[in-house]
Amino acid sequence: MSTENKIPCRKMFTDTLLELAKKDRDIVAVTTDARGSVTLDRFAKELPARFVELGIAEQNAVGVGAGLASAGKKPYVCGPACFYVARSLEQVKVDVAYSQNNVKILGVSGGVSYGALGFSHHSLHDIAVLRTFPGMEIVLPCDIYQTKKLVEFLVNHPRPVYIRVGRNALPNVYEGFDCPFEYGKANTLLEGTDLTIIGTGETVWHCLQAGKALLEMGVKARVLDMHTLKPLDKEAILKAAAETECILTVEEHSIYGGLGSAVAEIVIQENPIPMRILGIPDENAIHGTSPEIFHHYGIDAEGIVKAALQLLQK
Amino acid sequence: MTLNAIGEVKRLKLQAEEIRKCLLQIVYSAKAGHIGGSLSSVDVETALYFHIMNVDPSNPLDPDRDRFILSKGHSVEAYYAVLAAKGFVSQELLDTYGHFGSKLAGHPTKKVPGIELNSGALGHGLSVGVGLAIAAHMDKKSFKTFVLMGDGEQGEGSIYEAAMSASHYKLGNLVAIIDRNTLQISGLTEEVMSLEPMRERWEAFGWQVFDVAGNDMEDLVKTFDAFDYSSEKPKLIISHTIKGNGISYMEKVAKWHHSVPDEAQYQLALQEIDARINALKS
Repeated sequence: MSTENKIPCRKMFTDTLLELAKKDRDIVAVTTDARGSVTLDRFAKELPARFVELGIAEQNAVGVGAGLASAGKKPYVCGPACFYVARSLEQVKVDVAYSQNNVKILGVSGGVSYGALGFSHHSLHDIAVLRTFPGMEIVLPCDIYQTKKLVEFLVNHPRPVYIRVGRNALPNVYEGFDCPFEYGKANTLLEGTDLTIIGTGETVWHCLQAGKALLEMGVKARVLDMHTLKPLDKEAILKAAAETECILTVEEHSIYGGLGSAVAEIVIQENPIPMRILGIPDENAIHGTSPEIFHHYGIDAEGIVKAALQLLQK
Repeated sequence: MTLNAIGEVKRLKLQAEEIRKCLLQIVYSAKAGHIGGSLSSVDVETALYFHIMNVDPSNPLDPDRDRFILSKGHSVEAYYAVLAAKGFVSQELLDTYGHFGSKLAGHPTKKVPGIELNSGALGHGLSVGVGLAIAAHMDKKSFKTFVLMGDGEQGEGSIYEAAMSASHYKLGNLVAIIDRNTLQISGLTEEVMSLEPMRERWEAFGWQVFDVAGNDMEDLVKTFDAFDYSSEKPKLIISHTIKGNGISYMEKVAKWHHSVPDEAQYQLALQEIDARINALKS
């Protein structure tokens, strides 16, 4: 199986959205001087009447999205994740989540995608914050195949959703466009009984590589792709806790409040077992490329293998 | 003014006074609410709901209905009283205001029939109004969108993002209203944070601006009736009002932003409103 791929998830997202928008007149793309970084240029050219450019004004963009949704449109408000889940957070909270307006927020270049541009451009808090908004759903696809399936699902999903994708092209986790995808249900990428490794978004590929490396060492790790963080697949987590008796979570996010916290909240209350949460510690992430940052904080395959072996030794 | 127009203004004035009485009762009974800004905005909401807007309580989700967004969500008591008078909210539901678990919160929510947006955080409504107005243009629908903001609310920067985009997209079907009662919770708006020159600022953003006596039904009706919603400029009404309008001891007094009248004050207020209702009926 080739994992090579040159298309970033953001492009797969917007290309798929454009194809769907040609058939569904209610789909609208909204952005904030980010058509290039989101890869909405084609959408803007081919469907200009349904492309709403608002300039550098994220608060307005989310509010406008809410208004469009309120009138029955299906708006996709797209731009860098770091701005949409900070500058316009109150609009996401009140106009989208609280008002239950069917707005999809596409946060591109999430996590540490922007690398050396610095902490202002990182979004390592988005999952933690958005998890606490009732009615807001969160999903992080891990490759282009899953992204396409997700977009096809979302177009008829009438609730507010935040989607985070990275900036760079990623190796494929799945083999093709027929990959299994059920919203809110984790995918098991490797079966195992010694421990469970759970990833989301960009870390999933690293979790899978780590799982394969561990297998060569004789350690049978179960690897889960937890693409949907809200609603969370509680059943898969409890099954993993019962059958593998320890869990390692890996996320491109603060170690506070993200995937690890969400898993721990379930495990600690229902079946306490040893856990370890890998992510970005409580510091402004070091400057470097995205792979360098992943390696520095041990959320790449090498770091995951090391953490898994340490967890098993405990 | 024709006899018909005079009759219409009188009908609306009477309606506004009945709504004032209702909102006073709501606040007194719940022992909570933002009465000052509710009283100042009663007349403009009455003009909209009983003279201008196409809304039907028997078909509250009609896709062609006009939209009203209460961006100054704290003035919710006037809004509930208007929605009750219009038939969206029953007296039974109105009576639950202030009770544990009531559908009627201290700021608007879509749980209440007729309400389009959960509001309460300031500076949000105009952006949502822009989205509604753009959607109307996209679908070639003729519905109009009205957004009522407070004057203190004008401190929120997001409003000016929305203002820019409304003129950029030539949203003549969008009307923003500023309830210019000159008071916010800490005192005079011009002392807290200068908002003037309001007209010039909005004109510079590409809006058509109308100064209106916002507690004068005749002026409100004349202004709204002259609007051309097919024009390219969004419209701003600076609705010059008196905070606490219609209850003498509350007028222009900042503490009535959210104070609650005691029994004697309540009776006095009722007498004042009833006297005007009787005069209008005679």
